[in-house]
Amino acid sequence: MADIQSPLPGTFYQKPSPEDAPFKSEGDAVAKGDTIGLVEVMKSFIDVEAEADGTFAGYVAENEAAVSAGDVLATLK
Amino acid sequence: MSIQRLFIANRGEIAVRIVRAAQSLGIHTIQAHSEADADMLAVRLADEAVCIGPPQAAKSYLDVDGVVQAAKESGADAVHPGYGFLAESPRFARAVTEAGMIFVGPSADTIQSMGDKVSARRAAHSAGVPVVPGSDGRVDDMDEAAEIAKRIGYPVMIKASAGGGGRGIRIAETPEELAKFAPQARQEAEAAFGDGGIYIEKVIIQPRHIEVQIMGDGTNAVHCFERECSLQRRRQKVWEEAPAFGLPEATRASMCNAAVDLAEAVEYRGAGTVEYLYDAKADAFYFIEMNTRIQVEHPVTEMITGLDLVALMLRVAGGEALPVTQDQITLTGHAIEVRLNAEDPLKKFMPFPGKVAALNLPESDGIRIDHFLYEGYQIPPFYDSLIGKLIVHADTREAAIDKMAGALDAIEIEGLKTTIPLHKALAQSADLRAGRIHTQWLEPWLDAGNLTEQTGGAS
Repeated sequence: MADIQSPLPGTFYQKPSPEDAPFKSEGDAVAKGDTIGLVEVMKSFIDVEAEADGTFAGYVAENEAAVSAGDVLATLK
Repeated sequence: MSIQRLFIANRGEIAVRIVRAAQSLGIHTIQAHSEADADMLAVRLADEAVCIGPPQAAKSYLDVDGVVQAAKESGADAVHPGYGFLAESPRFARAVTEAGMIFVGPSADTIQSMGDKVSARRAAHSAGVPVVPGSDGRVDDMDEAAEIAKRIGYPVMIKASAGGGGRGIRIAETPEELAKFAPQARQEAEAAFGDGGIYIEKVIIQPRHIEVQIMGDGTNAVHCFERECSLQRRRQKVWEEAPAFGLPEATRASMCNAAVDLAEAVEYRGAGTVEYLYDAKADAFYFIEMNTRIQVEHPVTEMITGLDLVALMLRVAGGEALPVTQDQITLTGHAIEVRLNAEDPLKKFMPFPGKVAALNLPESDGIRIDHFLYEGYQIPPFYDSLIGKLIVHADTREAAIDKMAGALDAIEIEGLKTTIPLHKALAQSADLRAGRIHTQWLEPWLDAGNLTEQTGGAS
């Protein structure tokens, strides 16, 4: 199990845009550096990247949730 | 019927500015805030505060029904929208009025007609204001688009009719590019604004951005001279001046009078700005759009005219006729404003929502700082990065730039990265001092590496 944490405080998005599907679904293979979500901070969108390879276990933070730096956004197994 | 209880539907430095202006007029202030803004400075200064929802702006400051209900329940008789958020939403202005309160700004119909680029251009044209050569209205036929582009000459700009803030703009250098970009622009506009209308305009090479501040009471309007806002990054203004430099007096008079004509033609009430592109080589100006709200950079106008624009807005919204006549508004000296953003200019302007540590913001004669900071304040990450504005006023532009450089050295905002190093480097720029600037100057200047730890004075 590995946690993917928010690099910055802001609003978390699981999807690239409201119409799109989430970046990852449970069971997807994840490579280090893959984008798993976005954090909107002061109207800028920052990519949240996986720091390790693994299998996506699911989002912990809800879409459009307000998050703090270090909050767990998703987990890998 | 003057305003007694004002609801402030905004945050940050402009909320502080509105609270102070209202209190100077003896108006009771009710400050709206999201859950993330309960400890912001405007909440502390206002007579009352009301929580309007969660941190995300879409669920608080942008929630029309929620904000109107909160205002109504607070017993407010007027709502000031500030800038951004709902300031230029006709639906909001209408809802406020229908709930029996005063909207501090023009009518919903005026906001609507000026908010649509095509109808704004039409209104400007019929008031005798020069507009950029282009399509007369929205273009739906691609052959017609090609005809217009051929007539006005490439390059041409393709803009979304419902767009704003530079969104949805494309430039076509050739007929081939037009054929490719125009359908893309339509699709994008449809997706972003629910309206696929586009129009086409001539591209003015290296234009300057000059805008005229106007104030109206619904019948009469006056101008408060112009501002130069040519220093922009990603179409966001960075450094603003009043008046514009090196502008022939006859051109200044034409620009200002045209703005008044437009304001009176649309029976404008409140503070507004008529924005122009200025082609310095041809000494020609063209209407771009009208902003139907108070603007971020209004303080430079206040510094050169001595007016309190926010107080004037509140007075005319309360039903007073304009208390100043045109000949009472005079221009004295030169003012410059820089925007202080919580961003790291040396790291691609990465946002920096930190906690304010030691703070030294020395104001004095000719140096004004509009901000919402205090020591220990945690800047929330949910809103834009503007944390304050540093404004200076001096007898001449040269002296104002020197004064700005001095003020930037004196100011201390610990705990955050800010755009102060950018402004320090700009104050040293020979191009800026000589007025060799235009709206496409700043980004290449940054790309060329002119901002470094050295030039920005970082230790």
